[in-house]
Amino acid sequence: MADEPFIQLKQVTKRFAGVVANDHIDLAFHRGEIHSILGENGAGKSTLMNLLSGLFRPDEGEILVNGRSIMFKSSREAIKQGIGMVHQHFMLVNRFTVAENIILGQEPATFGLLHMKKAREKVRQISDAYDFNVHPDDRVENLSVGQQQQVEIMKALYRDISFLILDEPTAVLTPSESQALFEIMRTLSKQGVTIIFITHKLKEVMAIASRITVMRKGAVVTTCLPGETDEEELVSVMIGRKPEKREEKKENPSDRIIFEVSNLNVLNDVGISAIKNFSLSVREGEIVGIAGVQGNGQTELVEALTGNRPVQSGGMVLDGDKMPFSNPRRLIENGFGHVPEDRLKHGLVLSFSVADNQVLCSYYKRPYARSGIRNTKAILENSQKLIREYDIRGTTPHTPSGHLSGGNQQKVILSRELNRELKLLIASQPTRGLDVGAVQSVHERLSDLRETGAGVILVSSDLDEIFSLSDRIAVMYQGEVAGEFLKETVTRELVGNLMGGGKTNLTKDHVSSS
Amino acid sequence: MNTSAKKIVYYFISGTLILSVFISYFFNAPVTIAVLSSAIRQSTPLVLGAMCGLIGERAGVINIGIEGQMLFGAFTGFIVSIWTGNLFLAVCAGMVSGLLLGLFLGFMAVSLHVDQIIAGTVINIAAVGVCGYFYPTGLSVSNKLQAMSIPFLSDIPLIGPLFFSNSPITMVTILLVFFLQFMLFRSTWGLRTRASGEHPEAAETLGLNVYTIRYSRLMAGGALAGLAGVFLSLEAVGTFERNMVNGRGFIALAVMIFGRWTPIGSWGAALLFALTSALQTQLQFSDTLHIPHQFTGMLPYLMTVFVIAVFMKRNNPPEALGMPFEKD
Amino acid sequence: MTRLASILQSLMIPVLAVLLSFIIGGGLIYLSGADPFLALNGLFMGAFGDLDAFSRTLEKATPLVFNGLALTLAFKAGLFNIGVQGQFLFGAIISAAVGCYVSGLPVPVHMAVAVFSGIVAGAVYGMIQGALKAYRGAHEVITGIMLNYVAINITDYWTKGPFMDTANSNSIPRTPLILESCQIPDIWGIPSGFLIAVLVSVVLWLFLKKTVTGFEIKTMGQGIHAARYAGIKINGMMIFIMGLSGGLAGIGGAVETMGVTHRFQPGFNLGLGFEGITIALLSRIHPVGVLPAALLLGGMKAGAGMMQFSSDIPTEIIDMMMAMILLFVAADKLMTRVLPVLKKKEKGLALSAGWGSK
Repeated sequence: MADEPFIQLKQVTKRFAGVVANDHIDLAFHRGEIHSILGENGAGKSTLMNLLSGLFRPDEGEILVNGRSIMFKSSREAIKQGIGMVHQHFMLVNRFTVAENIILGQEPATFGLLHMKKAREKVRQISDAYDFNVHPDDRVENLSVGQQQQVEIMKALYRDISFLILDEPTAVLTPSESQALFEIMRTLSKQGVTIIFITHKLKEVMAIASRITVMRKGAVVTTCLPGETDEEELVSVMIGRKPEKREEKKENPSDRIIFEVSNLNVLNDVGISAIKNFSLSVREGEIVGIAGVQGNGQTELVEALTGNRPVQSGGMVLDGDKMPFSNPRRLIENGFGHVPEDRLKHGLVLSFSVADNQVLCSYYKRPYARSGIRNTKAILENSQKLIREYDIRGTTPHTPSGHLSGGNQQKVILSRELNRELKLLIASQPTRGLDVGAVQSVHERLSDLRETGAGVILVSSDLDEIFSLSDRIAVMYQGEVAGEFLKETVTRELVGNLMGGGKTNLTKDHVSSS
Repeated sequence: MNTSAKKIVYYFISGTLILSVFISYFFNAPVTIAVLSSAIRQSTPLVLGAMCGLIGERAGVINIGIEGQMLFGAFTGFIVSIWTGNLFLAVCAGMVSGLLLGLFLGFMAVSLHVDQIIAGTVINIAAVGVCGYFYPTGLSVSNKLQAMSIPFLSDIPLIGPLFFSNSPITMVTILLVFFLQFMLFRSTWGLRTRASGEHPEAAETLGLNVYTIRYSRLMAGGALAGLAGVFLSLEAVGTFERNMVNGRGFIALAVMIFGRWTPIGSWGAALLFALTSALQTQLQFSDTLHIPHQFTGMLPYLMTVFVIAVFMKRNNPPEALGMPFEKD
Repeated sequence: MTRLASILQSLMIPVLAVLLSFIIGGGLIYLSGADPFLALNGLFMGAFGDLDAFSRTLEKATPLVFNGLALTLAFKAGLFNIGVQGQFLFGAIISAAVGCYVSGLPVPVHMAVAVFSGIVAGAVYGMIQGALKAYRGAHEVITGIMLNYVAINITDYWTKGPFMDTANSNSIPRTPLILESCQIPDIWGIPSGFLIAVLVSVVLWLFLKKTVTGFEIKTMGQGIHAARYAGIKINGMMIFIMGLSGGLAGIGGAVETMGVTHRFQPGFNLGLGFEGITIALLSRIHPVGVLPAALLLGGMKAGAGMMQFSSDIPTEIIDMMMAMILLFVAADKLMTRVLPVLKKKEKGLALSAGWGSK
């Protein structure tokens, strides 16, 4: 590949409030290559892509397209140069149809009046050409996550892009959906489209990339071809040290059931059934992993179990006692702990100090309050103790929690939740968006919790996380348990298959054969 | 309640209303026409206000400054009419003044990310302050906007006198309702408006400028609210008072919500509001009712509270409504 | 940052806002052909020139303090109690009714009963809004304004009907004078209503700072979702806070009736709700900060007459200047953009988020 690069970055630097997000980046992207960019959270991948797609402007350096220096003033200009991006969080208007989402910004129209017929035809053409499985008149809110991603790709194709950025596209997909996506990527690359594939899943990189770039702390560390390297080397380059091999502390859970939920039925925000006759039990010292593609009822399940969403019917028993629904305070007092999915919105009050956040569930109890008056001294001492114990660096009890990094914020939440006698911890996507070090520390805390005899429900869309932590795995599909297994008796393929709605009769064969 | 059941309820209500109009027309044509045409007239500022609100909210910005925009429009229209004696100029001035307040709201809510509720409140209070300071007491305009009749069309029984023999702003408003409905759902303008109210980031990544969209929609809406104000001072009353808007800006918001953020729906809701007040005036006038006027006077306000309490959550407001959009 | 420095920093925006408004107000006075310094001097003398003027300022400031406190408390919880005007009216008329129709009670008891009825009246009216928001998701700004109009109508009906003063064939719609046993006296020329206002604002400050309930209120205001997840009962709290806030407005109405007007007359003190917003924002949503903010606005109202007398400027210029003060404190981001030093730590008010969906 000695030809002139399609897009080239020269000494590109971007700073936010003094923090260098991209540090003198030099990179070249060639036509038709699938160029994978690896890096931890906070390594600067997203910033770099936002520079390429015209949302941000570099503070220093230049971007060359076909050898000419171009300064994008908006994403409109990037689109004009043929650059398109599929964001990790989909940029789709839920209440619009597929066609409306695709044409937005480049509508077929005369005198401002839309030609929806023309739009539909164009959409159907694209959809047929690439074997997409969406109808132009479908409302996006009714589509599955995989279909929504196809709509995102169609948005790019509609604009005749020649440079497609995919930001963590497989994070929300089942293994088979990922395979389908790879097929599409290969087809596009054969047509000469350059594809930037951002991910931290090394297996996928090795499988599809034609070139690999690793970023760390805002800088490019290395660029290489997949043949020249292996997974282990990539990891150590990515995190800047040899990954520690953790010893598996394996203690078998007891047989005593600590928590049981039965025949749970829950509605989602628009009044449609999200959880159907859901039953699950957790034993003492057991981690039950709930696997599933995002949007199959996990959010509603966690909200219902923690008292934050009303329930149609069902029952909950903790340690032999019947528990009420829709009463977070009673549940917390009875030994429920909760690491919420959206930690910024539900887990913390961002403008409050770390100390206040660490007593957010117990501020009204002794020693933090006496006869209705707050005891600031006790709150402070508690915080100092927890900051030490959980090794929350670079913070004081007075620091507003909004100023902390994602990893430290999660540590504040964990320190709060684990600071009382827990019988059950419900952790929802506890490591999403955290860097490798923080992920490890969260995982250790969850494993340690087993030894106290508490049960853990771990909801995660990351199969690696599910498999490395769980004793038992339940797969959720469309609000129901599609299968429940001891970890040793199940393969990733089977779980992946069930996540995508695979048949259950396939289950038995698979289990017996493995 | 699902959508089809909702639709049936809406059809049922409107069907019953239309039927009862025909029945009462059959029994007493003059009174029916008087009540209905008063309702249509009274609905004018509410519809215009509601359309101001819905253009802004469809683009993602809450506008609770409609009250102030109306007041300022009424004031400017009135002043210009006194200075120049030219009603057309006065109407334009009223609209421009509303538009400027829309621009101002955009500056606060879009550029500065001031909380949108606070921003609207600032407009309301500022309008009272400005109008109070510059208000010349004891003036009244030489000529009000007069009702016009459109030849031939106004001769149609029932429909003619209601829709085609009315004050010009009222007739323009009815046209605007259908025009805006068409624009909102059939044009590029409408698609982009709705996109920036539902998912501004999505619009921005496709190369649209959400700031420009929101500014321009707020200004367009402001012009409509200004027109509503001009209606109050130059068509309905012919003079200016500081309390002449009297909460209509807020009632218009309820009208918009009841009308599910659509122009035609808002028109229907506004007619319903205006009809109750026209009926009540008629009953008071004909001496068939003996309720203290304070109680009938607060009816629209109570209806507003009722509508907000029952329909706000149900009627699906735009998803990004009230959220400031931050670039970079 | 030291404590003092942070207090000084938070004072910058309100001080700048007031200065800027006075400069622009002075410009307007100049444009209308009068001497701005003469006018402002008149304003100052009318507000603080002698004991009489000062006592008038305190009198004007008293209801403003209560309304400012009512809004401050609600703002702390992320609620916009624009309905203070209605709550104030109910507090005023109910305490007036108790003051003139209940007789035979000893002085302190009569006063206490009248003030308490005023508080209850305001609180109940506030709780209606709280309940509408908690259970129906109706935004308190619309319901608040609408209920203000309803309150105006109802009190108007009462003063022309059941509570009307019929002595000496009076035909002005108003209640009779309240009995002497219910009138709050002045102490050394200082309206003691203001002393009550100072007391209440200090109590409210300590309440928010020290108590568990105060912490819950602030948690709601800064992160309503996290508050719900932490087990705070949001619906009940909303009704409680709106009730408390309405109660504060209710005391304002009662104190105004019992200490100043001594009867209820429709149309009195309209617009107080809006001034309360300005005061609450000017105080940086701090109960003790409400006092100087209310004194400033009260002084402007008290001195307006003198200003008109000395330089022939219509008193409405005061409304203009108050609107500008509100604009500058509300749009504080405008000023923080010009002067980045002013950047504040706390999350700003977020009232729009409750619009439509909860």
